[in-house]
Formats: sequence, structure tokens, C-alpha cells
Amino acid sequence: MMRHHLILRIITKILVGLIMLFAFYVQFHGDYSPGGGFQAGVIMAVAFILYGLVFTVEKAQQVLPPWLVHKAMAAGLLIYAGTGVVSLLLGANFLDYNVLNAHDPEHGQELGILLVEGGVGITVTAVMVSIYYAFVDRTPVISDEEW
Amino acid sequence: MVIGLAAVRMRSLFALAMLSGAFSLVAAGLFVTLDAVDVAFTEAAVGAGISTVLMLGTLALTSRYERPPAHKPWLPLFVVVVTGAALIYGTLDMPNFGDAEAPAMTHVMPDYLEREPHEIGVPNIVTAILASYRGYDTMGETAVVFTAGIGVLVLLSGLARRRRRRRGADARAEQGDADT
Repeated sequence: MMRHHLILRIITKILVGLIMLFAFYVQFHGDYSPGGGFQAGVIMAVAFILYGLVFTVEKAQQVLPPWLVHKAMAAGLLIYAGTGVVSLLLGANFLDYNVLNAHDPEHGQELGILLVEGGVGITVTAVMVSIYYAFVDRTPVISDEEW
Repeated sequence: MVIGLAAVRMRSLFALAMLSGAFSLVAAGLFVTLDAVDVAFTEAAVGAGISTVLMLGTLALTSRYERPPAHKPWLPLFVVVVTGAALIYGTLDMPNFGDAEAPAMTHVMPDYLEREPHEIGVPNIVTAILASYRGYDTMGETAVVFTAGIGVLVLLSGLARRRRRRRGADARAEQGDADT
């Protein structure tokens, strides 16, 4: 199945890497340029969904198995809340990142924002991909002639 | 606008899904021209990409064509026109685009702009406000996304599992019948 669609497969192979790279750029460069966890998360999810569309879902699920996606959904939120709890344990308010670095509050803020945005990105990616998996798992396979 | 009008006339749901994707892409372009690049990212990825894919996934589960409407369109049309008129009337009070005297620019904005460089030190102020000053809000948003994902999973996969379990129970019952 899917042995034809040669152009689609080649273009996807080239694009998936670039899309992921762009997602990481949006994620980690969010301090300097537009973007952040939410945007990076959906862009990352698009990369996996595009891969799943062109090379069947089974291949995508080999790369990113459903159990991992489901765990990651919760893990992202836990990273976010956990950052808040750490700052709480260090004697400051919930989600007050100043204390994360003992020497320089600004570095603490940067670290906190990095962690929090990372958590957002993980959750958003995982939610989008798992919704896609949930839809596709129920879909009867449509023969190519039917389209 | 043109895409919207075309979408209203359309009966083929496949073309409709494609049109809504195209509409999102145009909207993303509009956001870029309004200098809201991060909103444009999201619109392009979610609106044009993921939701089109999900709509096609739903289409594969249901029928390919919309049923002809069973009732007259006048009441819905009236509601839509009234709501639209109210919304447009509401925008009349809004400040002009890029107005320096707009309320959003005069109250908390200068405060954030002044405090941010020495309190947070991150060049992108949007990120600083989102993740640090408004950290609670963003955590709530993440929780909303998480909850939505869980909800979809429960709705979609719970049904399949229940059906499978019922099938398993049926098979067991048959086996029991065969045994006796």
C-alpha cells in the first residue's frame, strides 16, 4: 500500500525534518522571537501527523508509540506544575522563578520560562498527536480508488 | 470572504474540509500582516493543518455528502445577521489599529515594558508575560488542552474498547453454549 505517491513520499521525507527543526527553533528561540510552547507544540505535532498521513499510521506509531504519547500528555503538565512546586519548596511563591537560580534572579526567570514552555510544548504535541491517533484508529481503511 | 461564501453553497463535505483549511491559511496570512506572528503560526498549523486532517478523519467515519436541509434557513439567517450586526456595532467603540492612546496601551502595558528588562531579562516581552507574570493563566491553559485531549480520548477510544469487550463477552457466551 502507498507504494505510489512517489513525489509525496520524497517531499515528506525532506519536510518532516525541517518542520521538526522549525518546531525546536520556535520552542527554544521563544525568548527572543515570536512563538513559544503552544506554537512549537502544534508545529511538532504537524510533523508527526504529516508522517503518519503519508507513510501510514503504523509507521508513525513505531516512532511515537501511543502509550508514550499518553504519558507525555500528563508529563508536560506535571513539568509545568512541578516547576511551580520547586519554587514553592525553595521558599517563594508558586511559579515564582526568581529563586530557581541562587545567584541571579534573571537566570532563574530564564530557566523557569524554559521549563514551563517545555512543559507546554510537550503537552500540546502529545494531545494533538493522540487526538490524531484516536481518530485514525477508528477509521476503516479507505482504498485509494474511493477518493 | 469568497471562501466563506463558497463554503456556504457547498454540499460536498470533502471540498468543505479543504475550503476551511484554505480559509485558515488566508486568516494566517492576515495575522502576519497584522504583526501577530505567533497567532499566525498557530492558525496555520492548527487551522489549516491539524483540523483539516481531523475533519477528513471524521469524514472517513461518516458520510461524504451533506443531507439537504430539512427546514427553511430564515430563522438561522436572522440570528446570524443580528449577532453579526451587534458584533460590528461593538467594534465601532474599539480604538483604531495601532492607536497609542488605546486603553490596552496606557494601563498595564507601559508598566510591563518598564519592569520587564530588569525583572525577567527575556527580550520577548510576550513570552515573559505569558510564562512568568501570567504563569497561572498559562498553566490553566495547558490544563485545558490536557483535559480536552483526555476527553477526546475517552470519547473515541472508550467506545471501541466497550464494543470489543462486548464482542469478547459474546464470543465467551457462544463458547459456553457450545460447551453445554
